[in-house]
Amino acid sequence: MTQDGIIRFDRVGFRYSDSVRQVLHDVTLAIPEGELCLVIGPTGSGKSTLLQLVNGLAPHFTGGELTGTITVAGRDTSTHPPRDLADLVGVVGQDPAAGFVTGRVDDELAYGMEQLGLPDRVMRTRVEEVIDLLGLDALRSRPLSELSAGEQQRVAIASVLTSHPRILVLDEPTSALDPTGAEEVLAAILRLVHDLGITVLVAEQRLERVIQYADSMVLVGVDGTARFGLPTEILQGSPLAPPIVELSRLAGWDPTPRSIRDARRLAGPMRDRLTERLSQQSEDPAAHVRGAVALATKGLRVRYGAVHALAGVDLALHEGEVTAVMGRNGSGKSSLLWALQGSGVRTGGTVLIYDTSGGSPTQAGAVRAPRQLGVDPQSLPPEQAIRRIALVPQSPSDLLYLDSVGAECQAADRAVGAVSGIAAELLDRLAPGLSESRHPRDLSEGQRLALVLAVQLAGQPHVLLLDEPTRGLDYDAKRRLGEVLSELADVGTAVLLSSHDVEFVAHTADRVLVLARGELLTDGPVRDVLTASPSFAPQVARILRPLPVLTVDAVREALAVQS
Amino acid sequence: MLGFVAQSGTVHPMAWWGWAVGVAIATTRSPGVISTGLLIAALVLVVAIFHGDSPFARAFPAYLGLAAAIVTIRVVFYILVGIKGGTGFEVSLPTIPLPDWAGGIELLGPVSGSGLMASFSSGLALAALLLCFGAAIALTDPQRTLRGLPASLHLLGTATVIAMTLAPQLVESWQRVRRAQKLRGQRLRRGRSVSATTSPVLQDALERSLKIAASMDSRGYARLRSDASGGSGAVLALMITALIGAALGTYALMDGTTPKWLSVSLLVGGATAAVLGSVIASRRIHSTSYRPDPWGTREALIIVSGMAIATLAFFSADIASPGTAGWSAVFLLCAVLATTPIPVVMAR
Repeated sequence: MTQDGIIRFDRVGFRYSDSVRQVLHDVTLAIPEGELCLVIGPTGSGKSTLLQLVNGLAPHFTGGELTGTITVAGRDTSTHPPRDLADLVGVVGQDPAAGFVTGRVDDELAYGMEQLGLPDRVMRTRVEEVIDLLGLDALRSRPLSELSAGEQQRVAIASVLTSHPRILVLDEPTSALDPTGAEEVLAAILRLVHDLGITVLVAEQRLERVIQYADSMVLVGVDGTARFGLPTEILQGSPLAPPIVELSRLAGWDPTPRSIRDARRLAGPMRDRLTERLSQQSEDPAAHVRGAVALATKGLRVRYGAVHALAGVDLALHEGEVTAVMGRNGSGKSSLLWALQGSGVRTGGTVLIYDTSGGSPTQAGAVRAPRQLGVDPQSLPPEQAIRRIALVPQSPSDLLYLDSVGAECQAADRAVGAVSGIAAELLDRLAPGLSESRHPRDLSEGQRLALVLAVQLAGQPHVLLLDEPTRGLDYDAKRRLGEVLSELADVGTAVLLSSHDVEFVAHTADRVLVLARGELLTDGPVRDVLTASPSFAPQVARILRPLPVLTVDAVREALAVQS
Repeated sequence: MLGFVAQSGTVHPMAWWGWAVGVAIATTRSPGVISTGLLIAALVLVVAIFHGDSPFARAFPAYLGLAAAIVTIRVVFYILVGIKGGTGFEVSLPTIPLPDWAGGIELLGPVSGSGLMASFSSGLALAALLLCFGAAIALTDPQRTLRGLPASLHLLGTATVIAMTLAPQLVESWQRVRRAQKLRGQRLRRGRSVSATTSPVLQDALERSLKIAASMDSRGYARLRSDASGGSGAVLALMITALIGAALGTYALMDGTTPKWLSVSLLVGGATAAVLGSVIASRRIHSTSYRPDPWGTREALIIVSGMAIATLAFFSADIASPGTAGWSAVFLLCAVLATTPIPVVMAR
């Protein structure tokens, strides 16, 4: 397996010019032609750097010091800059839209070939080929800016395929996509591997989506080392594990199953034991007690020109409850959050937030009648709104503008008139040990999210809204975020978050809303909603269907009761 | 209507530009309000029939508004601070002398008919020039135009396309950041608030540019041919010569007082340098273009009409003596010629 490979790393080390840390250290691997190789590793490990090394972007474009040799189909990347590998390696970055060079889909598909100097006739044939292969016919003359995230990702892949590369490098191809969009992109990638024999190197944070398709894996550690091997070998000791692997570890299955189908075959005995346990258990008592209403909307509408982003949403958020809103890309999730906060567009309906201090919990289902204290967040000036309702936007770094973590925290304290040090204290709980002198730009995604959360929570708002908070977070960071949100809910905050990440929602939320085309389709307890629809079901629920269990923790708990 | 719109997309962008430049030359030589008005009418008519549906085409009404504003401002400035005098009717406005430190300028004062007409006419000439540019933009997709540039201008074309993509994104990211900062509930002082928005927006723009550059590099942009060597210095020198020639030549052509042989030879010299530079540059980089726009009879007819308009206007003083009816007739003919694209494109 390591004798010959289309991508060969021989004792490779890499260090960026402005840092002393070795991002990669003594990496040796050989990926055979035609494999789908999955690159995993915690955030901040050298995953992206490893991918950039394959086509020479590192060090030719990024700068830095490379030791050892990398050869790609026999070409040494230290002497071949990316443009001279363009006919061999196709690269699609994390944000495909950011890499578009032209304005229209078919021009974008032809761009790479134009640079290679292919004749017009060949280009026309190849554009047609790729359009058929990835099902892009309906999009061919559309402007790139009008495509959905999933479509953009497919066009980006198509645009590098026209150069007939032998290797395709994808950096988190599904991270911004809803479950359906992700399935489409993965199906396209699989077709390339199976029908065309292209070697695919893909980095992915959400293993549960790709683990079953991988032929081999690379695990990059924070110390810069990398292990290469078969998925079963790598997964055994990996600190990063999708729910299916965790479940397998819990049950002691060997070999570790990677697809839902394999796991279901093995899960028979476990299902029986769980069925027995769950039938003995009385109904979950916690589900019955619900906090007072913290925010309520009636007929909420948002319209941009002719587009109805929200078409009359009635909704109540409760104190102490974590609610997740899910739905396709473009279904109105962000519009909902911004309209609730008050600074977004609102074209109709009412939003009222209630001062819940001193409110007593009420029985489930009995939505308390709006009290006199309800205020429309739109009517509040920003410096008062932040103390009642806070929003963490999709790109949290938009909020930050000072040059150190400490300065950001102090500014946040001043904004809400809080005692100095509140934000810093919060931050210390969210991300322990973060130095105050660091520049916000140099933080990891998880640390930056923690900083923005601390800034926004300094005023101790009763309602917290988060737009796609899990983007770019690894399992560990997601787990910590989940814990923080649960703690906030325990002290009475009403939390509403939007997410595509089914597993995160299964872990964190008490209640799920599903939006489709601006309408509220479903509103129910997380267990009911996530087990009802196959595309929204987390892995554990799929494996243990029809049992209403969503997470490995829930399984562990149920089994522990028995013993 | 829709059918014509679709067809205009297939006319080579260079044909439209040639036509627009021809009309532009005619407007600079146009003797009066009526002939300029006729040329503008021809422009607007062609754009109304053939404009595409790109955002640039939809911006043509904005050019019309800008043109109107130019004329208005020119006239208002004449009334306010213009040098008064002339013939025709006269309206006496009170003269307001400004203090000495303002250089003895007088506001208002008597406004004469001929003075008003002259300022209106010069405003309209400027507006017409602007509309020619607007018409060319509305009739062609600028991105397609740039794709058709020769290899030596490839870098320029790419830079422009990227700038055009990034500009709306910059506006969008500015709005996004402003909206996000309001969430912090902080009232920032004016200077503070600008820097608070600028720093994330610039950071965003920088990151985007790096990503585009990385993407272009990995897709083979600026790949040199294996046998390429030297020549980049020569290309640079030739291109600068070409640009200087084009700028001086155009100025001389528009100016009308420079000897004709000088302006023409400057233009020809510039064009030769440009062609030479292109040839050398395209030998170094081997890139092709996908679905190049075809050049046919229609394109030839449209660009010939533009050249005819320019030639007629350029030699108008030789054809008929200035100030006569014949002279006006030349420009009437120019306006008629400017509508050539209508029968040519509709003929299909």
